[in-house]
Amino acid sequence: MNTVSSPAFDAVEQGSSLWHDAWLRLRKNKLALLGGAVLLFMIVIALLTPWIAPYSYEAQNLDLGASPPSAAHWLGTDIFGRDLLTQVMYGGRISLAVGFIATAVALLIGVTWGAIAGYVGGRVDAIMMRLVDILYALPFMIFIVLLMVVFGRNILLLFLAIGAVEWLTMARIMRSQVQSLRQQEFVEAAVSVGLSPATIIRKHIVPNALGPIIVYTTLTIPSVMLLEAFLSFLGLGIQPPATSWGLLISYGAETMEEYPWLLIFPGCALTLTLFSLNFLGDGLRDALDVRGSKD
Amino acid sequence: MSLLKVDHLSVSFVTRNGTNQAVDDVSFAVEPRQITAIIGESGSGKSVSCYAMLGLVPSPPGRIDGGSAVFQGQDLLSLSESELRAIRGRDIAMIFQDPMTCLNPFMRIGDQLIEPLTLHRGLDKKSAQARATELLDEVGIRDPQGAMRAFPHEFSGGMRQRVMIAMALINEPKLLIADEPTTALDVTIQAQILKLIADLQHKRDIGVLLISHDLAVVSDIADQIVVMEQGKVVEQGSPQAIFDNAQHPYTRKLLAAIPSGQKIADAVAADPLIRIDHLKTWFTPNEGAEPVKAVDDVSLEIHRGEVLGLVGESGSGKSTLGRSLLRLVPLTGGQIDFDGTTLSALQGKPLKQFRHRMQMIFQDPYASLNPRMTVYDTLAEPLLQHNLVSKAGLDQAIRELMDNVGLAQAFVRKYPHEFSGGQRQRIAIGRALATRPEFIVADEPVSALDVTIQAQILDLLADLTKEYGLTMLFISHDLAVIRQIADRIAVMYHGKLVEEGPTAQVFDSPSADYTRSLLAAIPGAHAA
Repeated sequence: MNTVSSPAFDAVEQGSSLWHDAWLRLRKNKLALLGGAVLLFMIVIALLTPWIAPYSYEAQNLDLGASPPSAAHWLGTDIFGRDLLTQVMYGGRISLAVGFIATAVALLIGVTWGAIAGYVGGRVDAIMMRLVDILYALPFMIFIVLLMVVFGRNILLLFLAIGAVEWLTMARIMRSQVQSLRQQEFVEAAVSVGLSPATIIRKHIVPNALGPIIVYTTLTIPSVMLLEAFLSFLGLGIQPPATSWGLLISYGAETMEEYPWLLIFPGCALTLTLFSLNFLGDGLRDALDVRGSKD
Repeated sequence: MSLLKVDHLSVSFVTRNGTNQAVDDVSFAVEPRQITAIIGESGSGKSVSCYAMLGLVPSPPGRIDGGSAVFQGQDLLSLSESELRAIRGRDIAMIFQDPMTCLNPFMRIGDQLIEPLTLHRGLDKKSAQARATELLDEVGIRDPQGAMRAFPHEFSGGMRQRVMIAMALINEPKLLIADEPTTALDVTIQAQILKLIADLQHKRDIGVLLISHDLAVVSDIADQIVVMEQGKVVEQGSPQAIFDNAQHPYTRKLLAAIPSGQKIADAVAADPLIRIDHLKTWFTPNEGAEPVKAVDDVSLEIHRGEVLGLVGESGSGKSTLGRSLLRLVPLTGGQIDFDGTTLSALQGKPLKQFRHRMQMIFQDPYASLNPRMTVYDTLAEPLLQHNLVSKAGLDQAIRELMDNVGLAQAFVRKYPHEFSGGQRQRIAIGRALATRPEFIVADEPVSALDVTIQAQILDLLADLTKEYGLTMLFISHDLAVIRQIADRIAVMYHGKLVEEGPTAQVFDSPSADYTRSLLAAIPGAHAA
């Protein structure tokens, strides 16, 4: 946002921009703040894992085998005697990275694509949206397998592949938002002020479409994490010994009758992240809605 | 005996922010065979008081604090929901402001009309249909047989309101409550609907309670006028008494706010700022479809320093003409010259740079301001876009703008939703003036506002026109408003210009038939 600061007026009225005001409102929402704090904690742990993990993630103790939580292994060990806490920490690195990076890719492409299609309209819109329809129609699995075959398997490609699929829905949501917003008189007023289409989209349209975008984003992150787990399970994503929450959960599910902790702890990590995301997302949406502020 | 007697009615809304007294000790009566009008601005409690006695105010947050509403010997407020339901629609019928939202778009008119007859009266289908056709004929629908088979979207707004009236009358009510029944309609249609209501009331011997914000509209047909302000009845009496001898200051304020009088045309030399030559703006809804000729071959000159009033009903193309002049819609043909520049030929960057010379004020101040931008950002945008002020001078420029349009400077950091309609329109006017334009298109700038606010904004516009040396195209459906502010008048009908001339000439000796019918439809013969 391009906002001008004005010391002279600030003496009269506090607050300076949409984002500043949003932060003031978000600060009052304890649940959203808690969600944000938990997410931040998760990210910091993920970044520091190589230095703070209690064990090396390749270290096996086949004699120990699967053991329940103990003083030496807080979350227990898996059937190869690997420390589960270490596994969950390393898995979090992959899951969070996939979740955030793939969603960011989807957000960037989807919002831009949808905004342009919706704002320009006409033939441009028709061509852009037919392309989205074609990509929708492609079987996702074949698309991924093709990518893997052509480019070989690597984690960056995984981010890209997931992001490239998730942006389609984002583009559609954004387009319908823009179509209704561009009919509004304040957009017409912006045109008559002489703003360029790019500025109008950035300053007048996107801020007013943020609500649905944020909600959809908080829904996309978990679905991307689950998609990664699914791909990894099929052997198309992360390969052991590297791991992710999704993989840990699917292995844990196989042995949940004998060793329930192998399912419970990775499951808790994922659930906690999703809850935090939802609380933060809801809070952000409310905070960015200036109309709800004074009630 | 009165048909309906409301005594000391009080209604409040209990919200988290406290209790809001919407209706405060209100008393009035509706006599049989008379039209009683309740007049007030938005928030005056005029609708709430009528809805409350019919049990139509949701509770919570609504709460009836006391009073009585005696209808045919029964206190409506003491009845149970099921007893009220039996009275609503049968003895008391309602018609609403927007006829479109009250009709089911997926049901034929005929089916919607006979439903109450077959359900509540136990009529068989055939006689119900005969009865409904008769009623459609009575409310002035041509070809009632065909109308029975039509869907609501096939009718114009005025026709739909006639259907709604037929629907209200179908159970032969004794009291008809009409809530702003003509506000969404064009002036000529408004006159017809009001006449219809008055005729039906005579013929059927019913009492009518008419709710309106427009004193001029009701003055022609009401027998009794009740003026409400902030939940209280401040004055009531016959139209004669109200217009000739208003007691309460608020009533006098309302009367003074009725646009009246005629602008004394400034002696300006006919120096055209804008020359419109055979302008065409057509829209093609679908490829291959017949184009909608919104503006069709219009030639017109707008003189430097004048206010040109552009009159027409909805669909006449008057708004499209205004938007065409500002190049907000693509042109189909013709030419626009602006002070020697061929405006219609400008494209891209030169057009963007030209835009600061011409600005627009929109009808709906709720839609024309970005809800996520503060007043400061809204006013700063045009100034910065055209590099009209340095960053250091920005605060000062915004301060001046706010002063000029009558906004307190303390509001600078507030968002649009924190303002009233009139204040929002002031912000929108400030934005339009920010670039110091020579030419402004004002598209129905006061029609979404309450009458007293409307008068203030009109005064403001008149002052600013002088102060800024503006040339203005003032678009309106309201001839009384146009007469007050315009030097010259142009009349549009179906995309064409049918009349053009100095204000006095158009009012005193109109040349086109259409202009004559518009003039005849001006409400408020008493008021003038």
